[in-house]
Amino acid sequence: MISTTHVLVLSLALFTLGVVGMAVRRNFITVLMCVELILNAANLNFIAFSRQLGDLTGQVFAVFVITIAAAEAAIGLGIIVALVRLKQTVNLDQVNVMEG
Amino acid sequence: MTWFLVHFAEIVFYCLAAVALAGAVGVIAFRSPVHAALSLLGTFLAVAGVFVLMQAEFLAAVQVLVYAGGIMVLFLFVIMLVKARDIPDEPQYVHRLVPAAVVLGVLLAALVGVGIWAASSGPPADGAALRLVAGVPLGNTEAVGWSLYRDYLLPFEVVSIVLLVAMIGAIVMGRKETGRGGAA
Repeated sequence: MISTTHVLVLSLALFTLGVVGMAVRRNFITVLMCVELILNAANLNFIAFSRQLGDLTGQVFAVFVITIAAAEAAIGLGIIVALVRLKQTVNLDQVNVMEG
Repeated sequence: MTWFLVHFAEIVFYCLAAVALAGAVGVIAFRSPVHAALSLLGTFLAVAGVFVLMQAEFLAAVQVLVYAGGIMVLFLFVIMLVKARDIPDEPQYVHRLVPAAVVLGVLLAALVGVGIWAASSGPPADGAALRLVAGVPLGNTEAVGWSLYRDYLLPFEVVSIVLLVAMIGAIVMGRKETGRGGAA
């Protein structure tokens, strides 16, 4: 029997790795991948609690999260293409016009 | 042997968790975006396996189709398109690690909290409720579809509009500038 806690701990580890990746990596594409990791961790939580409570709502919301993740990936990668066309880089440290 | 059969689900779960975490570490550790993307693919597939163990078969299929199929192809396509491999090595600043370390510490504290909380939480509910359609046991896909189109029709429509807007936005941003007028 896999307890809900097992899944929550796995989800927490994935989320932590995603946050750390967003903090330490400067490559825009890798940062977007880390966002996908975090959304996957959120999905794991939805699914785990859906099973724990015997309620389908969690699974339905995971469908919505996957949809939003797809939209986010499309927009993010569109931004990357536009950014490379504009500045010839995907390094976030060189994209600091709004940093002031 | 009987021990193996009794704990089969746990063994599968630990293997999948190990693959998922190794993939996630690879995403952060690999310098090459292509290697990071393939590593992420491993994580997606392992998470799909965990979904199956959690009696969410439909979502496991969606995870493989949308994440491993769609999003991963999109990532690899853009990586090839922008020739990210030709961009010189990114500098890794040590001071960037400080906030990460703080976040990590907080989350590990949360992990301990989860462990304590779990000691008082009951066993999972009967999985039969996850495949009921109007009181009839059919299947997970039917049950999710029933719930999606009956109870969550408005959010479903809203999220399809979000997808449409994202698609238009991605096309507009990815398009080449075509002088004044814009109609290419």
